[in-house]
Amino acid sequence: MAINWFKYSAPTTFYGLAGKMIPWFAIFAAILFAVGLYIGFFIAPVDAQQGEFYRIIFIHVPASMMSMFLYMVMAGYAALGLIFNTRLSAMMASAIAPTGALFTVISLWTGALWGKPMWGAWWMWDARMTSELILLFLYLGFIALHASIDEPRRADRAAALLAIVGSVNVPIIYFSVKWWNTLHQGATIKFTGTSMQVAMQHALLVMFFACWAYAVAATLLRVRSIILERERNTQWVLDLSELKK
Amino acid sequence: MNWSEFFAMKGYGLYVWGSYGMALSIFIIEIVLVRHKRKITLQQLRMMRDAGVEE
Repeated sequence: MAINWFKYSAPTTFYGLAGKMIPWFAIFAAILFAVGLYIGFFIAPVDAQQGEFYRIIFIHVPASMMSMFLYMVMAGYAALGLIFNTRLSAMMASAIAPTGALFTVISLWTGALWGKPMWGAWWMWDARMTSELILLFLYLGFIALHASIDEPRRADRAAALLAIVGSVNVPIIYFSVKWWNTLHQGATIKFTGTSMQVAMQHALLVMFFACWAYAVAATLLRVRSIILERERNTQWVLDLSELKK
Repeated sequence: MNWSEFFAMKGYGLYVWGSYGMALSIFIIEIVLVRHKRKITLQQLRMMRDAGVEE
């Protein structure tokens, strides 16, 4: 059976599809968060060197990974919108930005609360932390630039350029612990494998997928409002059953 | 292990629960804001339609 994927790149069809998918992703996220936290707090043993506060890892690492991953997805959508001039891609990029920025805030906040007991400092101008802070400014810059241009299609193009240029920061964050001598510890999970205890790995993995499902649900919910706003002059929007009452 | 011991996290409770508490608050605030935006958007569309404004 051939599926016409372009059908879903039209805001009209995607609006309905997104509405059907949101509850599934929300339920999936809730279950995964519950399972991940259970494994992280009740099954994973205490860390030999760091003590109980290492358990911050189960939110810090997934949130940090999501902050980088969402930026790449946002930049990807922005680039698609720029190249193919598709409306929905640009709307998706705008919908992802606030969620990405919030994951960056969670990453920085939990990092500070982990850094204090581990290093004795809430914050250091270390390469990993500084580049993650720049990521937050890139998200905020994207949102602010988009909001500052009245004409939506021009705003899409300008913000897309910022997102694409800014994506150079993501590999810098990722490799910062390798390229520079950082206070931040190196990667525990590498492409070549990990020395991490099994339950800790499972908790991390489950929490990552929980954050991912949450981000998808939040983004889809947001993009639906953006679609309505930007398609408000079309008949299909005015015909929606949500508007009848 | 009892619950008070669990919440104390061997003296690191403030750091651990401060992290998870902040993450949870951010998620809740985001959900509330996004749902509110949807409500407002639908209201505006209804007003626009009822006024017959083309804009």
